[in-house]
Amino acid sequence: MSGSTQPSGGPTKGVLGWIEFRLPIFSFLNSSVGYAYPAPKNLSYWWNFGSLAGVALVIQILTGIVLAMHYIPTAAEAFGSVERIMRDVNYGWLLRYMHANGASMFFAVVYLHIFRGLYYGSYKYPRELLWWIGLVIFILMIATAFMGYVLPWGQMSFWAATVITNLFSAIPLVGTAIVTWFWGDFSVGDALLRRLFSLHYLLPFVIAAMAIIHLWALHQHKSNNPLGIDMKGPQDQLSFHPYYTAKDLFGLGIYLIIFAALVFYVPNSLSEPVNYVPANPLQTPPHIVPEWYLLPFYAILRAVPDKLGGVIAMAGALVVLFAVPWLDTSKVRSARFRPIFKWLFWVFVVDAIVLGIVGAHPPGGAYVPIGQIATAYYFLHFLVLMPVIGKLESPLPLPDSIATAVLAKGKR
Amino acid sequence: MRTLVRSAGVAALAAALFAAALPASPAEDTAPLKTPQWSFTGVMGGFDTAALQRGFQVFDNVCAACHSLSFVAYRNLVDIGLPEAKAKEVAAAKMVTDGPNDQGEMFQRPAILADRFVPPFANENAARYAMNGAYPPDLSLIVKAREGGPDYVYSLLTGFADAPHDVTLAAGMNYNPYFPGHQIAMPPPLAEGVLDYADGTKATVDQMAKDVTQFLEWAAEPKLGERKRMGLGVMLFLLVLTGMFYAVKRAVWRDVH
Repeated sequence: MSGSTQPSGGPTKGVLGWIEFRLPIFSFLNSSVGYAYPAPKNLSYWWNFGSLAGVALVIQILTGIVLAMHYIPTAAEAFGSVERIMRDVNYGWLLRYMHANGASMFFAVVYLHIFRGLYYGSYKYPRELLWWIGLVIFILMIATAFMGYVLPWGQMSFWAATVITNLFSAIPLVGTAIVTWFWGDFSVGDALLRRLFSLHYLLPFVIAAMAIIHLWALHQHKSNNPLGIDMKGPQDQLSFHPYYTAKDLFGLGIYLIIFAALVFYVPNSLSEPVNYVPANPLQTPPHIVPEWYLLPFYAILRAVPDKLGGVIAMAGALVVLFAVPWLDTSKVRSARFRPIFKWLFWVFVVDAIVLGIVGAHPPGGAYVPIGQIATAYYFLHFLVLMPVIGKLESPLPLPDSIATAVLAKGKR
Repeated sequence: MRTLVRSAGVAALAAALFAAALPASPAEDTAPLKTPQWSFTGVMGGFDTAALQRGFQVFDNVCAACHSLSFVAYRNLVDIGLPEAKAKEVAAAKMVTDGPNDQGEMFQRPAILADRFVPPFANENAARYAMNGAYPPDLSLIVKAREGGPDYVYSLLTGFADAPHDVTLAAGMNYNPYFPGHQIAMPPPLAEGVLDYADGTKATVDQMAKDVTQFLEWAAEPKLGERKRMGLGVMLFLLVLTGMFYAVKRAVWRDVH
């Protein structure tokens, strides 16, 4: 496989051979997503969400580039320019609804991707950096989505921008100065809108670059799998193409059906109606909420009755994920062989959903203590249960190899 | 895999039970919305051109006295089946400021098809001054900007009532249980006899409310029909394509299983 003169799966003759000799792109593709890239033969459909996230990113970038040709990033004209896109630009409504719902689809598949990683221990040795890069992508996505949400300059856009940028004022001593610097003004307005637009255009390309690094790290040790044991030889493997390209394409079809159902039939179901009211700095909406995919973090922010404390808790909810490879003390990757952790995982899933529900409601009544308990459990899961259960639990015996496990399952 | 799916189902169920057990948001104290049948909801839904034209008549005769419709242009009226000549006539009834002309002067001219609906007031201050401090909102997006959409607009328009004994209305306010706070500055806009429909339909309050709501739904989402028609084609295409992908996947994996 080394040296450009070796036959490495790339063409050697004709125009393609001429290119391959100078730029070994065909052998690169072959060893990345082709016949020469081995994947565990037992990957389930839970392994579809990585490639789907890639597709979602591409859809966001392509629709976003065209939307940016028609959008005007000024406080006076942003709202109207979005309406012009919806009414007067050819298929503008389709582009905008794809972009808005595409963000939700992107987060949905990325959340499934992250939860899959948590269940099967995909973050463990030797994939810690792979996990980290993924988390960086997730944080960049949160930033990008927030900025994109501000751009239509509706009521929720404006007030979300006000609430989120004001979080930085919780920083002691320099907080207010940082917020003024961030706004480029003494209030949320034109200057902030323009810089958010600029960054909203920039960050997706940073995400794309990080996604390539994510793949690079993935290809070093290959995919984890539902058994969580390493591939030991060709009997455990399938080539990525055609097996997983075919499986990913089927998953893509399902993804596109759900996406199209949202875009064509219920395009506004995931957004707040009040964002169709133009931004009004003099009138606060009765109830400010972020998009659904940020609700759990919003609940954590509000669970702490102190502003700085809330900001630290929310940031901590993300930061703690970086420590997961070391917080999880179990040597066994897959929860399938971890009788206690398996249940804790699902309790954590319920906890995350509960946080989402709490985040969607105004803080009052039962939501306050429920949000606080759910927040406490979020951290308890990672900081206490993960390290302790990893030590206490006796895992089930692991199969000798992927091939024997697959064959045994086939016989049953 | 099957256990995983089962566990995911259990988790989803647990979360749903939790959600159902929680109290509803206390912020909204409005009456449950009326839910008439709309032609434009549903997978195959679309606008009813006759209703849209009647709805425009209601808007033009009643709503437009106080409310603007600033994202809709007169040319758009052709899309609801108004003849172009009629749309031009509607436009020409309003004056807009244009210019500067070649002497540098701004001037007034009748509106043309390319103009957007001319607002009844020059600006918000003028509206509030004329309206006893209240500001009639722009109606271009009102259906999409309110929780409940068309059901809300219809319920509000037909929901005016005498205030219950325990409610004291502020000066100039009207009782409407569908409006947040139940007190709305807008007086009941629709009454029997305010207009006669051009197509002979009996102009009851209920009929006018339904028609103008459909018109406002169209004003907020003019591409709804096109969207749903395209959606049907896209869904059929994707179902066939995904079926083919599944067949390919099965064929490729046959030797593995």
